[in-house]
Amino acid sequence: MATQTPTQAVLDKTAQSKPRRLWLDTVHEWLTTVDHKKIGQMYIGYALVFLLVAGLEALLMRIQLAIPNNTFVSPQVFNRLFTMHGTTMVFFVGMPILFGFGNYLIPLMIGARDMAFPRLNAFSFWISAFGGILLYFSYLGGDGLYGAGSAPDVGWFAYAPLTARVFSPGHSTDYWTLSLLLSGIGTIGTALNIVATTICMRCPGMKLNKMPLLVWLYLVTSLMVFVAVSPLTAAQIMLLLDRYLGSHFFDTQAGGSALLWMHFFWIFGHPEVYILVLPAFGFASEIIPVFSRKAIFGYPAMVAATIGIGFISLSVWAHHMFTVGLGAWGNTFFTFATMIISVPTGIKIFNWLATLWGGRIHLVVPMLFAVGFLFQFLIAGLTGIMLSAAPFDWQLGNSYFVVAHFHYVLVGAILFMIFAASYYWYPKMTGRMMSEKLGKWHFWLFLIGFHLTFDFMHIPGILGMPRRIYTYEADRGWMILNMIVSSGAVFQTIGSLIFVYNLIRSYFNGEIAGPDPWDAWTLEWTTTSPPPVYNFATTPSVESRRPLWDLKHPEDPDSSYE
Amino acid sequence: MSLSEAAVIPHSSNEPWKLPSRGVVGMVCLIIAEAAIFIIFVVAYVFYLGKSLTGPMPRDVLELPVVSTICLLSSSITVHMAVHTLQHGKRSACSLWLALTVLLGSIFLAGTAREWYQLIYHDGLTLQTNLFGTTFYSLVGLHATHVVVGLFLLSLALLFSLRGQVTTTHAARLEVLSLYWHFVDGVWVVVFLVVYVFGR
Repeated sequence: MATQTPTQAVLDKTAQSKPRRLWLDTVHEWLTTVDHKKIGQMYIGYALVFLLVAGLEALLMRIQLAIPNNTFVSPQVFNRLFTMHGTTMVFFVGMPILFGFGNYLIPLMIGARDMAFPRLNAFSFWISAFGGILLYFSYLGGDGLYGAGSAPDVGWFAYAPLTARVFSPGHSTDYWTLSLLLSGIGTIGTALNIVATTICMRCPGMKLNKMPLLVWLYLVTSLMVFVAVSPLTAAQIMLLLDRYLGSHFFDTQAGGSALLWMHFFWIFGHPEVYILVLPAFGFASEIIPVFSRKAIFGYPAMVAATIGIGFISLSVWAHHMFTVGLGAWGNTFFTFATMIISVPTGIKIFNWLATLWGGRIHLVVPMLFAVGFLFQFLIAGLTGIMLSAAPFDWQLGNSYFVVAHFHYVLVGAILFMIFAASYYWYPKMTGRMMSEKLGKWHFWLFLIGFHLTFDFMHIPGILGMPRRIYTYEADRGWMILNMIVSSGAVFQTIGSLIFVYNLIRSYFNGEIAGPDPWDAWTLEWTTTSPPPVYNFATTPSVESRRPLWDLKHPEDPDSSYE
Repeated sequence: MSLSEAAVIPHSSNEPWKLPSRGVVGMVCLIIAEAAIFIIFVVAYVFYLGKSLTGPMPRDVLELPVVSTICLLSSSITVHMAVHTLQHGKRSACSLWLALTVLLGSIFLAGTAREWYQLIYHDGLTLQTNLFGTTFYSLVGLHATHVVVGLFLLSLALLFSLRGQVTTTHAARLEVLSLYWHFVDGVWVVVFLVVYVFGR
């Protein structure tokens, strides 16, 4: 694939300049930058650091659970570990890494100079970053001077009344609340930026129906952020009022309702899953066609399915609450809504398969991860349909079956596509290819580890192992299964470390990539790698969904078919 | 022929390429996000209506804030006039309308302050008293916070306008600010209906 097509032609004619500078100048430049590419890379770097931290927390939990009656960590530490792992992975890994790619790619893909509001962009990044640091500062400041070493331990969904002052003394819960509040503000700012960029900054000819699918998926994701993350912000404000000013939102003693928190949290929480997965769909929709050497199958259906998912995902939240007892109508509605969302998702899977069908498939590392994503996302969807049936959920709610299901989505689908995207766009960001050999090691180790961990995690769930327990008795029959699950975590850790090594090594020693190493079709590949600081000094104009194809094949441009 | 010369793909049709203003789109996005926050607070208010374990109840202590409501709603008209006059280059008229908007907004805020003083010192209702106090102060307070932010921004615009720094070229920006102010007014209509009309 690395063979260079004659298209050294770079739409972007800006000259590349790279003067040598002092170390301090470089730091100053990164800290004060409002450039979407730099902010995007900072988002990704920051998310990768937290990915390692939260991954380590997962590893510690798996060590604790590998054998029965283990005393590797104390129950208190275990509570903190799963709280921090969940919170970090969702808010400080998933969101920032997806926004990082969005920040980097969207302006390049739609032929824009930068995001619509560059300074808001920098503000959003720094306030999110501060939120993450605040969360981890709780390890030092959670209980003030006398209780150093504490962290939030209320679970990532922090059900009331556990978060009340009485049950969560000290400040660890406040760190959790404030860090989510801050990162929520940053998230809304970036989402606003993405919507404004997509709507107002497209280059001439880039009509909405000519945008790359990735941009479409980010547009829908960002619109969902407004209606999903804002309720969380509101709920966090209420929780802060409860904890600091003595109000009674979630105070059952004064007639308040713990159920209201659950509703507010999951009104955010479920759309959040789709906010995380839609950008992953976007990566798949860019990577699969390029390595099948075919245009994406069913572009309009893909867009329609995306919008469908966006709308339906707002009406499924209470399937997290079947065990609460919603009544027959509530159960019916939320079961139905949850099942119906598998229709647009299924449309997407069929379209990706149809794109692969009859294509000349190149199984390079990004494509390997994308293929893994397809199968794993299918299985995750199938267990999702099982759990969407309220009576089934009553049996397995809060068990390891649920944990296995949502990790199949978050790791098997989203993280796999994040890896794919990293291998795919790394050459664009750094100008160098990642090592294919190390990438294959990473893929196979991670694939084996993933399946060892999460395939086998379903079974203890069915056998009745509840989530969030810090240990279990030997006579439960969960022992060997938990051992297998934990051993998978080791494979995943090694795979991830190879990935990190590959990232660093390739930055210095990777093969020079050139502007278009994958022979791809979207506008970002028309720039040099890495793109000039001032990208698109000459505004490009496009006529089809694959402008670079038109450029490479003037005898057979896409615009005559679309 | 080097491809780089063919790089800028010729744009076949010369149709004008016009996209919406990013300021307006950005403000609309902010309004959607803010509306979602308000909806959650309104839902909490409605959910806890009549569930307070102790008094005072809404009907005992709340009075219709007629004057301040009229002031706030008419400030939507004045801010619209400010934008309108600026678009037509009447800069001093714009200052006048802006000043009127700030004045009307301040009267509204003073009305809220008076109401809260009455509630706290005479009726003994605070955030901690009961669920009504909790949800009332947080909902009305959240709205009042938005009024304060809006007033601050409008006062800045007024200040610039009085110093003669606001010209027709700034009309688009003032329009974005006016969108926010209209939103704050719209929220008040909802709060007014929920808290003072139906919830009493």
